[in-house]
Amino acid sequence: MDFGTYELISAAVVLVTLLGIRLLSSPRTSVAGNRLGALAMLFAIAAVLLHNDIIDMPLLIAGLLVGSVIGAALSVRVTMLKIPQFVALLNGLGGLASLLVALVVLFEQYDRLDGVNLLAGQLAIIVGGVTFSGSLVAAGKLDKRISQQPLVMRGHSALSLQLIIVMAVLAAAGPFEGRGESIVIAVAAALVSLAFGAIFAVRIGGADMPITISLLNSYSGLAASICGFAVNDYMLIAIGAIVGAAGLILTRIMCRAMNRSLMDILTGRTSYAKGTSAVASAPEECVGTGTLPRTQESVEERLSRIARTLDGADRVIFVPGYGMALSQAQGKVKELFDLLVGRGKDVRFAIHPVAGRMPGHMNVLLAEVDVPYDRLYELEDINPEFASTDVAVIVGACDVVNPSAITAEGTPIYGMPILLVHEAKNVVVCNLDTKPGYSGVDNPLYGRENTILMLGNAEETLTSIIGKM
Amino acid sequence: MNIWISLLVFIAATLAGYKLISDVPSLLHTPLMSGMNALSGVTVLGALVATAFAVALGSRSLGVLAIVLAMVNVVGGFLVTDRMLRMFKSDK
Repeated sequence: MDFGTYELISAAVVLVTLLGIRLLSSPRTSVAGNRLGALAMLFAIAAVLLHNDIIDMPLLIAGLLVGSVIGAALSVRVTMLKIPQFVALLNGLGGLASLLVALVVLFEQYDRLDGVNLLAGQLAIIVGGVTFSGSLVAAGKLDKRISQQPLVMRGHSALSLQLIIVMAVLAAAGPFEGRGESIVIAVAAALVSLAFGAIFAVRIGGADMPITISLLNSYSGLAASICGFAVNDYMLIAIGAIVGAAGLILTRIMCRAMNRSLMDILTGRTSYAKGTSAVASAPEECVGTGTLPRTQESVEERLSRIARTLDGADRVIFVPGYGMALSQAQGKVKELFDLLVGRGKDVRFAIHPVAGRMPGHMNVLLAEVDVPYDRLYELEDINPEFASTDVAVIVGACDVVNPSAITAEGTPIYGMPILLVHEAKNVVVCNLDTKPGYSGVDNPLYGRENTILMLGNAEETLTSIIGKM
Repeated sequence: MNIWISLLVFIAATLAGYKLISDVPSLLHTPLMSGMNALSGVTVLGALVATAFAVALGSRSLGVLAIVLAMVNVVGGFLVTDRMLRMFKSDK
């Protein structure tokens, strides 16, 4: 393939895609940015069909239509709570598609492939396979079809390492074999990579999912890009690389926000695994002993106190966590928000980068119930504000507001950036229970003098608070 | 196709993507991820060509399956991203 029309079209598609991403950096222009990306893709598909003179093949058109209809049907049905597993699932499908393309290319065009194509083909199979099975397991965990707890088998690390070595050997051997052997190698690589993806994902705990799906997102882009090396297509190489970079950035941000190294996640050294021993060593009755004096106050009395405190406050900050998503309390949060804003109070939201199950999950849930995005603040912007805040209302968040991250050296969350809720004059906690979050570290916030603890379903708690006001 | 040009394209796209995506605020990270996810379905381009020129029935079937899966990824990803982005409203 020499430089010509198709290359120019590819360059245009990539530039328009990049422009679309540029527009994603502001909520005002983001809708246009996404549509521009979609348009570029449509254009790219048309260009490929025309350039190769294959537009009149019913089989291809049928495939395109069937996929589009299924994709459209899925996208209108999914709820915002289930976005993480939806993204993981689609991600997996993209990975499997790359694997299949590489297989077909090896089966059909072996004689026309050079060494680079062959190596890339084997690699695309491997990365695609890992993406597919890893994403499916992640989606299953997020959807609670598989236990969210990390499943660590005996010799897990050794097995992972062996599979990595096998995959490397298969990929390296691919280009040097004849057609028959090459196909056997490709099928073996597909099977081994599928096994590896599953083994890699089962040992990752629910709270580490934001990191896992960011990483798998990166892999799916990488698979497409490597596929581009196998089929000699610059457009695939470039767009796949952009997706790979995006996943990498998100993975880095998530790791930093959780105070974890990527190696720890990959090798299954999750905070949860460490935390279980911490919980086991603390008898049940010790958990939240500090809250005992408060619990002598009746629920009714506490509700009145919360209503009075909120009524007397000028500045309020809501701190949502995954508990809000689980109890679907965002509608009630918005109701309370409207009530407080109506009474002339300054109300804001503090969003921790890893609150929820994927990057930015809380923002989407709050946007869905029409909380204006100007009220949502990132960690660095809101933390200096807590000291001058009258009430911080925590809705289903634990680890991200745990002051132990600053004080308790040696615990899994020590050093993790947290929202400085404890600096607020009053703290209202609407959590299900006082059990520690995924880190397994008790939250001393619950036992403090100025904390009013409301245990139970956050949605019901907020309904009662709104009723009192 | 020159391997060096391919590598250059790969590196340039990675760097450009890295630069632009770093500017996306965490407010929009979920739609960013699902939008990027849709883009990863770009592999459909490879699937179309591979399927069109495949001879064996088995290869053709695998190729059509790849087209369908990649399109679910593309269309589902872009539409759900659009749905999410339209929810973000300002109070001004």
